[in-house]
Amino acid sequence: MEQLIEQATSFEVSDKGFYGNFGGAFIPEMLYPNVEELRQSYRRIMADPAFQADFQALLTDYVGRPTPLFLAKRLSEDIGATIYLKREDLCHTGAHKINNTIGQILMAQRLGKKRIVAETGAGQHGVATATVCALMGLECIVYMGSIDMERQKPNVDRMRMLGATVVPATSGSQTLKDATNEAMRHWINNPVDTHYIIGSVVGPHPYPDMVARFQSVISAETRRQLLEKEGRETPDYMVACVGGGSNAAGAFFHYLNEPTVKLVAAEAAGQGVSTGHSAATTALGKPGVLHGSRTILMQTDDGQVTEPYSISAGLDYPGIGPLHAHLFESGRGIFCNITDEHAVQAGFKLSKLEGIIPALESAHALAALEELPLTPNDVVVVCLSGRGDKDLSTYTKYLD
Amino acid sequence: MTHEPLTQNRINDLFAQKSERLLNVYFTAGFPNLDDTCTVLRGLQQAGVDLVEIGMPYSDPVADGETIQQSNMRALDNGMTLKLLFDQLAGCRDGQSGEPVTVPILLMGYVNPVLQFGVEAFCQKCREVGVDGVILPDLPLDLYLSEYAATFRQYGILNVFLITPQTAESRIRLIDSETEGFIYMVSSASITGSVKGISDSMRAYFERIQAMALKNPRLIGFGINNHDTFETACQYANGAIVGSAFIRHLEQEGPSAESIRAFVQTIRS
Ligand SMILES: Cc1ncc(COP(=O)(O)O)c(C=O)c1O
Repeated sequence: MEQLIEQATSFEVSDKGFYGNFGGAFIPEMLYPNVEELRQSYRRIMADPAFQADFQALLTDYVGRPTPLFLAKRLSEDIGATIYLKREDLCHTGAHKINNTIGQILMAQRLGKKRIVAETGAGQHGVATATVCALMGLECIVYMGSIDMERQKPNVDRMRMLGATVVPATSGSQTLKDATNEAMRHWINNPVDTHYIIGSVVGPHPYPDMVARFQSVISAETRRQLLEKEGRETPDYMVACVGGGSNAAGAFFHYLNEPTVKLVAAEAAGQGVSTGHSAATTALGKPGVLHGSRTILMQTDDGQVTEPYSISAGLDYPGIGPLHAHLFESGRGIFCNITDEHAVQAGFKLSKLEGIIPALESAHALAALEELPLTPNDVVVVCLSGRGDKDLSTYTKYLD
Repeated sequence: MTHEPLTQNRINDLFAQKSERLLNVYFTAGFPNLDDTCTVLRGLQQAGVDLVEIGMPYSDPVADGETIQQSNMRALDNGMTLKLLFDQLAGCRDGQSGEPVTVPILLMGYVNPVLQFGVEAFCQKCREVGVDGVILPDLPLDLYLSEYAATFRQYGILNVFLITPQTAESRIRLIDSETEGFIYMVSSASITGSVKGISDSMRAYFERIQAMALKNPRLIGFGINNHDTFETACQYANGAIVGSAFIRHLEQEGPSAESIRAFVQTIRS
């Protein structure tokens, strides 16, 4: 089994929860005891061999890990480089999100919590949370923007069938940002027995670090699998989409200190970076504080958070995790902006070339392949974060 | 470390003169209408309110319930900005358009707009227009103390911190020793506008804090919405803070001096 808790030295979070200039815990006092309790215990709990054993067993027997590293031959030919897909779409529930929710439900149990609250955008994190709550018999409340409830209806039905209460977030843009606000408010109102399972590498410290560590199984497996297939643990490029950035953080984690591996983050440009309908955070944002951490954030000159737009509900978020803000600022990460149109095309291309329908989020990562200066000798891994079943109604609008 | 109390601050002056039954009322700048800020401020002063807390509207007020959220959205839709608020306040302090406002003023809001404005520029403006203190619930205490406290002090702006029933005693002591003005006691773990009545466990918490003999005065907020809850809070603290109830009143009855006087009367007597 992979060593999941490994030090990523220069991109390691500081004691106060910062990655360079980004991170921290900007939370109202009402949340301080909860977040502090988590901060003081998460590393110790995660390092406990009994916790690791439970986590590994569930990843293997319940989630279905390790997920395959698949050599996409026809796509490779089309792109002109060796392209591997890290098949997170084959995880139970259809996306990488469950790696984190398994870890966090075990954490919540060890903290003695009785109830789980979560936010969701595409509904994948909500489904993954509802799933582990059913598995462990904990009450589950999921906040979801009312616009997202419409465009990701199958996931709303799945959550309900799993026994979760889905609460529409009707404020603001009625998408992921507002669902996160509502989940935080719920946590403020229920501070003692409730654990908040954040769905990405966002939120106050220690969430970004904890979620990145749970997701780091993606790159831990990739190293081993690539060694088997290519005789080397490191690809030339590791490519992932970034909403909040959890699949990317997991895919990058064990490569952060390997400068030969180019880390590529695909952000959602929506209708285009300068159209006013975009979620390309690093292109449009400035440093600021949202949902408990200092990060890069889309905002007005007055510091009001602006409403993002993307065809993909999972990328429709005005910020990114503080680790990614640091990767951007330090130049360690390469950030690309992918339009709706381009992502949809890349989704159709993968479907036709490889028989895999990707989530719209993951399709952004696939589209990024066409923006990189790849050469035939390059070995590229794309984190295929989820499957596209939930997006069929969107895709089919483009069928002609 | 302990500091000498700041001279020349209306909040400290107020507590030096009066230590019981203080009423602090919150309203959102630019609500219900963009230009109501001074009208409401004057109305509250005329009605005999002791301190006023002005909300700087923000797009994502995570510690606030629906009433204050909606007032924030309305104010932003009306075009409220921090810069405009400072301009409005300068006008009401110097009495350009009516009776000068002398009541102590705190700005309450979230940290991001302040960071975008620039912390030093913000403090300077506060000083210039006569803001006496701020409440920024999502500014972490440790970061405030290590990075910003010196700037706030330099401009004589008090920074008021919150405590809740879950705040550890050692942390309350830290807040008490490192900050001045008053301590904002959140009555129960909750967002604004969602507390119904004062329960036994809340009383027990009020008593526990009362027994700590803190150096700072205390005001109780969240769930103070009528005469009864105000009186109860005043038994355990130097006064209380009314927020959502006043926003609802403004929404229904408007910001006229009579309307505000009537509201304050129902709380006080
Ligand atoms: C399949 C899939 N990929 C990616 C994301 C984006 O999240 P993150 O950036 O945290 O991986 C989501 C979010 O819902 C998702 O469902």
